Amino acid sequence: MRNTFIEELVDLARVNKKIALIVGDLGYKVVESFAEEFPDRFINAGVAEQNMTGLAAGMASEGFHVFTYSIANFPTYRCAEQIRNDIDYHNLPVTIVSVGGGLSYGNLGYSHHAVQDYALIRSMPNMLIASPGDPMETRACIRYLVNNPQPSYLRLGKAGEPNFHKEVPKVEPGFFLKVSEVGLIDKCIISTGATLGLAHEWSQHQDFKDYTIYSMPLWGMKYKNFQENKLKQYASVMTLEDHLFDGGFGSWMLESVYRNINKAITLNCKALSSDICGMVGSQEFLNRIGGIKP
Amino acid sequence: MDSKNLALIVRRHILNMVNNSGGSHIASSLSIVDIVTTLYSSVIHYDINNPYCENRDRFILSKGHACAPVYATLAELGFFSISDLELYGRNNSVLMNHISHKVPGVEFSTGALGHGLPFGVGKSMAAKKLNKSWRTYVLLSDGELDEGSNWEAFMFAAHHKLKNLTAIIDYNKLQSLDTVEKTLNLEPLIDKFESFGWNVTIIDGHDHENLALELNKTHDYKPRVIIAHTTKGKGVSFMENKVEWHYKTPNKEELEIALQEQKM
Repeated sequence: MRNTFIEELVDLARVNKKIALIVGDLGYKVVESFAEEFPDRFINAGVAEQNMTGLAAGMASEGFHVFTYSIANFPTYRCAEQIRNDIDYHNLPVTIVSVGGGLSYGNLGYSHHAVQDYALIRSMPNMLIASPGDPMETRACIRYLVNNPQPSYLRLGKAGEPNFHKEVPKVEPGFFLKVSEVGLIDKCIISTGATLGLAHEWSQHQDFKDYTIYSMPLWGMKYKNFQENKLKQYASVMTLEDHLFDGGFGSWMLESVYRNINKAITLNCKALSSDICGMVGSQEFLNRIGGIKP
Repeated sequence: MDSKNLALIVRRHILNMVNNSGGSHIASSLSIVDIVTTLYSSVIHYDINNPYCENRDRFILSKGHACAPVYATLAELGFFSISDLELYGRNNSVLMNHISHKVPGVEFSTGALGHGLPFGVGKSMAAKKLNKSWRTYVLLSDGELDEGSNWEAFMFAAHHKLKNLTAIIDYNKLQSLDTVEKTLNLEPLIDKFESFGWNVTIIDGHDHENLALELNKTHDYKPRVIIAHTTKGKGVSFMENKVEWHYKTPNKEELEIALQEQKM
């Protein structure tokens, strides 16, 4: 995903001269193509995420669409107040890019486990979360963000994710993007982020056999209210994410149907158990322990 | 209007605004009146008919709690109606008690400390990249220098030779609970800024002539920092250098005495 991200950003930056990329001293063998082609629009802000984020907001207030880039929790939690006050409150076109969403950096320890980032970002009213499920969705999300510059958070996996779409899909915030060609009409899995591969595994599991697979690569606070109408079409829905349940995608969906708490919408939220907090291991290992891998 | 006359009027507004709203931060506000009024009288390029015109200079108040003098100055200059100052701190008013970008002429909302300089550095960087001649001014408090984000920004601005950027430190030596010296000593402050690669000037922050002179200067390649020695509560005898006036609202009697002291 990270390679797709930079390829797409370079392509778009050739046309859109206001795209700038600021990195927090990370992006080895990723960001060089942008830095070499657009040296005037590339900044390495050093290991200083608060300044990186305030700087990005300042540049955005003068017409740039700034992408800040780092890994795991560094571009989000370290500078949470800058995102809240400087970017979100002022409604500025800054896209925060984090590579290594979920447990991509499983062996590197708790500092590198981005499993609470949705919770932070989705509490901010103007932020659009872009959490693509494969490289094709990554391209679609970046194109959407460049065409619709706004406070946004692009959460990427690492590298080597397979494609589940044959071409770049059309994406809209809050909309269910169909991924599997066949599946049950009244039962679905809705996944956000890099768990799209796991969604396919779950659809082979006896409890969720042949559930239709959807992805939701764009979402956020503004798009919660109309989820209920979509969910009503299903007898059973499983949400899937590589994030803790608290404050995550599944809990966002649950909030959208809280008025119908006694009605017949069955939501099964597959999210990471907090048991994984403090554990290390491969992404696959931790995802299984955390309960999101069958 | 002459900056000293403007300062006198702005001090009166501040006293009334804080009294009216039951607000606080009156001493922090009085501390920067001379800096703000000099900036708008003799330094900053602005257009009241087009508050966000492209070639304006950008002023950012990083110590957002001291917004009253900025609101009062902008109103006096005609950015909005002077009578609107009565709305300061009222329910659903845009004139909130920490500076708000919803007020005409204000660039950036602050209130959490340590945000104004990184944002100003971004503006200044944008001007440099776009080859624009406008300048960015950021006014910070001394206590605010405790925030690490400022030092990230100081380092960055010097590294990138942002000569179009001026930071002004309101060095009144009093912070929220006690003196700066007893809280987290900033000294030697000049050495700190010089070692970070900034061009440093020390000045009396209530001397309008020197403020105008120094704020208009630029350096060939370094960002400039003006350490303005100020008195917290300046201009009201019983508020000067008193921690409690970071919080207290003047009552009617105190307001009358304070207003009477506002003479040329």
